[in-house]
Amino acid sequence: MSNAAGLRIVDLRLNVVATGNDIVDEINLTIEKGRVLGLVGESGSGKTTVGLAVLSHARRGVEVAHGQIFCGDTEVLGLDSEAKRKIRGGLVSYVPQDPASSLNPALRIGLQLLEVLEAHNFGGSDEARKARIKEMMAEVLLPTDDEYLERYPHQLSGGQQQRVGLAMAFACRPSVIVLDEPTTGLDVSTQEHVLKTIRQLTRDHGVAALYITHDLAVIADLADDVAVMYSGRVVEQGEVSEIFKNPAHPYTRHLVAAAPDIASKKSIVGLAGRAQSPGKRPVGCAFAPRCELAEDACRVEFPKMVSVGGRQTAACIKANQKVAVSVASSKAMSTRTRGEPAVELVSVSAGYSGNTVVHDVSLTVRKGECLALVGESGSGKTTVSRAIGGLHREWTGSIRLNGRELKPMARQRAIADRLAIQYVFQNPYGSLNPRRTVGDSIARPLVVDGKSKSGARQVVLDVLDKVSLPGSYANKYPDQLSGGERQRIAIARALVSEPEVLVCDEVTSALDVLVQAAIVDLLGDLRRQLGLAMLFVTHNLPLVRSIADEVAVMSEGRIVEVGPSESVIGNPQQQYTQSLISATPSIERSMR
Amino acid sequence: MSSENAAEAKFVDERPPSLVRQAFRLRRTQIGAVLALMLISVALIGPFLAPFGSTEYVDLPNTLSVPGTIFGTDYFGQDVLSRFLFGGRTILILAILATSIGITLGTTLGLTAAYLRGRADEAIMRALDVVLSFPQVLLSLVVISMFGPSNVLIIFTVGLSTTPRIARIIRGAAIGVVERDFISAAEALGESRKRVVFAEVLPNVTSSLLVEMNLRLTYSVGLIASLAFLGFTPEPNAANWGLMIQENRVALTEQPWGVILPTTALALLTIGTGLIGDGFSRVSAGIDRGGKGE
Amino acid sequence: MKASIFRFVLKRIGLGLLTLFIVSLLIFAVTQALPSDPAEAMLGREATPEALAALRADFGLDKPIVVQYGNWLFGILGGDLGTSYATSTPVSEYIGPRVGASFFLLLIAAVGSIPLSIVVGANAALRRDRKFDTTSSLVSLILAAMPEFVVGTILTIIFSTTVWQLLPAVTYLEVGAPPWSDLQGLILPVLTLLLAVTPYVARVMRAAMVEVLESDYVEMARLKGMDERTVLWRHALPNAVGPAFQVIALNLAYLAGGVIIVERLFNFPGIGSALADAVRSRDLPVIQFLALIIAGVYILTNLLADIGTVLVTPRLRTRLK
Repeated sequence: MSNAAGLRIVDLRLNVVATGNDIVDEINLTIEKGRVLGLVGESGSGKTTVGLAVLSHARRGVEVAHGQIFCGDTEVLGLDSEAKRKIRGGLVSYVPQDPASSLNPALRIGLQLLEVLEAHNFGGSDEARKARIKEMMAEVLLPTDDEYLERYPHQLSGGQQQRVGLAMAFACRPSVIVLDEPTTGLDVSTQEHVLKTIRQLTRDHGVAALYITHDLAVIADLADDVAVMYSGRVVEQGEVSEIFKNPAHPYTRHLVAAAPDIASKKSIVGLAGRAQSPGKRPVGCAFAPRCELAEDACRVEFPKMVSVGGRQTAACIKANQKVAVSVASSKAMSTRTRGEPAVELVSVSAGYSGNTVVHDVSLTVRKGECLALVGESGSGKTTVSRAIGGLHREWTGSIRLNGRELKPMARQRAIADRLAIQYVFQNPYGSLNPRRTVGDSIARPLVVDGKSKSGARQVVLDVLDKVSLPGSYANKYPDQLSGGERQRIAIARALVSEPEVLVCDEVTSALDVLVQAAIVDLLGDLRRQLGLAMLFVTHNLPLVRSIADEVAVMSEGRIVEVGPSESVIGNPQQQYTQSLISATPSIERSMR
Repeated sequence: MSSENAAEAKFVDERPPSLVRQAFRLRRTQIGAVLALMLISVALIGPFLAPFGSTEYVDLPNTLSVPGTIFGTDYFGQDVLSRFLFGGRTILILAILATSIGITLGTTLGLTAAYLRGRADEAIMRALDVVLSFPQVLLSLVVISMFGPSNVLIIFTVGLSTTPRIARIIRGAAIGVVERDFISAAEALGESRKRVVFAEVLPNVTSSLLVEMNLRLTYSVGLIASLAFLGFTPEPNAANWGLMIQENRVALTEQPWGVILPTTALALLTIGTGLIGDGFSRVSAGIDRGGKGE
Repeated sequence: MKASIFRFVLKRIGLGLLTLFIVSLLIFAVTQALPSDPAEAMLGREATPEALAALRADFGLDKPIVVQYGNWLFGILGGDLGTSYATSTPVSEYIGPRVGASFFLLLIAAVGSIPLSIVVGANAALRRDRKFDTTSSLVSLILAAMPEFVVGTILTIIFSTTVWQLLPAVTYLEVGAPPWSDLQGLILPVLTLLLAVTPYVARVMRAAMVEVLESDYVEMARLKGMDERTVLWRHALPNAVGPAFQVIALNLAYLAGGVIIVERLFNFPGIGSALADAVRSRDLPVIQFLALIIAGVYILTNLLADIGTVLVTPRLRTRLK
């Protein structure tokens, strides 16, 4: 038993209790002490389930079919319940994704930190434990005074809460730590600090870290090794540089091609289709249905992991053939003459119940161009976009469409103006009425405008075609569709009234990388075909380079910097923009 | 940990059957439906099957074995069975009408309060709080005291006391819906407020509505029967299950049927509607939460 | 404790008093202001003109409504509750002894039902979907659906008259007699109240407890290595106390309502049966006063529950500042 192995997962399979279908299978991973393995996958890949299994924990409806997991020398899956309890928090720790809901709202954070130490008999005395807590708080860069420890979780910011979570996880000096998307939802600058802390703690304490995420840039920045999961299986593994410089598995190649990168000028490319849920997965390679290299041999049985060179292995029969996977067709941002201004904002200030959150903002969105409105949470970007869309009441200043002044609320605007500006929302699970067929939802703008249902039918089919969905989808209900498909429907609904302006409010933030790329692709095509003026609101700075001609950076309600996206990102003038860009992880930058 | 990012929610390939159909797959809903239907039939059709009139004098009071009757005579010499068969109709019809009023008003108020939010919401809920400060029985008694227990009045007060209770629940369900983006999308289209509330919000609170409907019907039946028990019925001599229990209680030891029959009927009817409501409640857990069904 | 908490409590009490005030307006409006002729309603159609006139004078029915209301309200606040028109005794004498009796009945029922509903509800949540939960759930449902007097009558049939003859069917108490002098007679009324109220409230408790047990923070506590006892008592319970307060308030509120029917059913000399009698004889002062008291109790329990919930939930408590 090698001393260097911190975590070893051997041939792990987890099933759905009710059906016996596999959620994950043939999982073999090894992480040495002091190293970070990034477990990358899209939703439904099973990565969270694997992470919980390392703590010998399974959610309702999930069971271990077979396999072993070694944390240090201890096999954890076969332990009895009391032994399992002992290792959790002690030998192996967990950092959850949502710190706000995993801290107990009724208990002070000092107590929540102390009890981990007490439960594992760490320190041996009260003073030792109190000292350890102060030590931990300092390591995660939080105040160490008693007053701070008396706080309740809701009195901390999201970033602070996550750091408390980290402190709790490292408190008893575990040998293994599982981090499940710990920086999702955090601002870029906070994320940078948290990642730095994680890196430091794992190195200093010789901990084997399993970092679960869908964000490739973070992996490139933080991890030493990578394992890529698809549909419940590991399809590629290796060192970070190997994987990103020479991805061998077609899925990995598509992932890398689809990941936006702030340091690169590439255009991102998506991939159609979706991964199947447990029980519906095809025989053979799960990726075959979407893979352009697939042949009959792929559909017989799941490919074995083959070595590709160095420490890199991939589960593909074509792994060692240098076949090019068609990726990037670089759509150059044309430098034509600039379009007319479609929407102009002049000195707009907006607020909620008297509190001003947007100060004196002026913007222009031109026909045929995409302006990205970028900022962290609380910057006011959503408020601005909602004001443009007629969804926000409290603002002053002037918003003009083709020179005409617009009233605050959509209801007050002329019908032509209402139809000219269309809004696409972030959450694909909330923007469609669950009780209506998708076709009805799309046709709604027409019906409100007075068109009959039968007249609308053809328009609906046309617009479904524009977003690359089959006409038969019109009769489906939202809960039968995936997140990406729902966003396409939302876009279709926006197109139906032949708008001039499309406001996209974080429309890809809830989507997986491949789906995101496909949607961005679609939006770009539509913009060019229809000459739309597009406002793309996002907190994802890397995405900007792939979609926008111009970018406006917002912070605390004000525009900090505005200009062509290449200039602003390639050569930022303002301090805020510079620090934002340097804090954003990038694959390319990490690979240099 | 809080169920991943939104995109990880599962989706189904076939549309699951409607709420009502799902509920009726459960044994308890089926049993409830059978019970309720049985008792409703007795209440509505009973009068046509009764051997004697509801106020017809048959023989000496409180006599068990009287020729021509199955259960004997009651405190006033009337046929117990006939009075029983006549006794459900008033309660049932009044309860259904009162509940309908409560549902209509309560849903409208609840939806309006949730959609308008802010001051209007506060105002509506505070006004309803005043009505909620009375136990339902008390409110009815206060009104009946000076205006008498006429049909209209009973329907009115029971409906009035039911309204805020329903409004509360519907408002709670609607608040979650109103914050979802598809409502904003409808507003961005310029849809009138009325349309948004009734065409977009309402269909998404149907599960709560169905549960409340059954619950309130159950309680309305109970309330109206309780008022009758206390002696407050539209017609003082007419057969009424609640009233029968009160009338025949004194002679419970000699003539138990005068109490047992109406008691059983009321028990089974309310249990029936209660089971149906519970069936709906079970299948609707999580449905109206949007996307992430459980 | 702190100024902000004090301010909050004061504000909440003020709100409660305001509600009570509006309730009093409502009661007065329905009973005295709205009826076209309260005197005739009370005495009946065949009353003599002299009797009607005397009654009108007694109640000051010829004065403006606002004055009538003022007299009534300030009378009550000053301790003069009026004279029971049906018994010709001052309302305070008529109601006084009954209040104690009802209070006693309520107290016993509350002492039983509050812990019972909390324990049953919490247990059902802990043993979710197992035998205890499914059985108690079904039993609760059945009991909660039936009106109280049906429950009471069934109990009477089983224990008093037809199946067994163990307990008296009615209480043999006189007005003003100490309720504990007829303990046997109290069993059925208390049992009826218990069975009428506990099941519904237990289900509310169960739902709240399930939500806590399924929460992320409870899962996290387990993943930190806390043993089940700690998870339950330190993590789950404090978050269930807030809902428990609501549960207690519900208990008391429903009991206050149920008392009206149950007292009439078992001939218990409390304010509930007095109210039923008063409505039948249209005894205006008694109706008005009793309605005010009972509504007042409702408002008070809700007030206490709201304040309690905020004090016990850190997130709400700190928001006060």
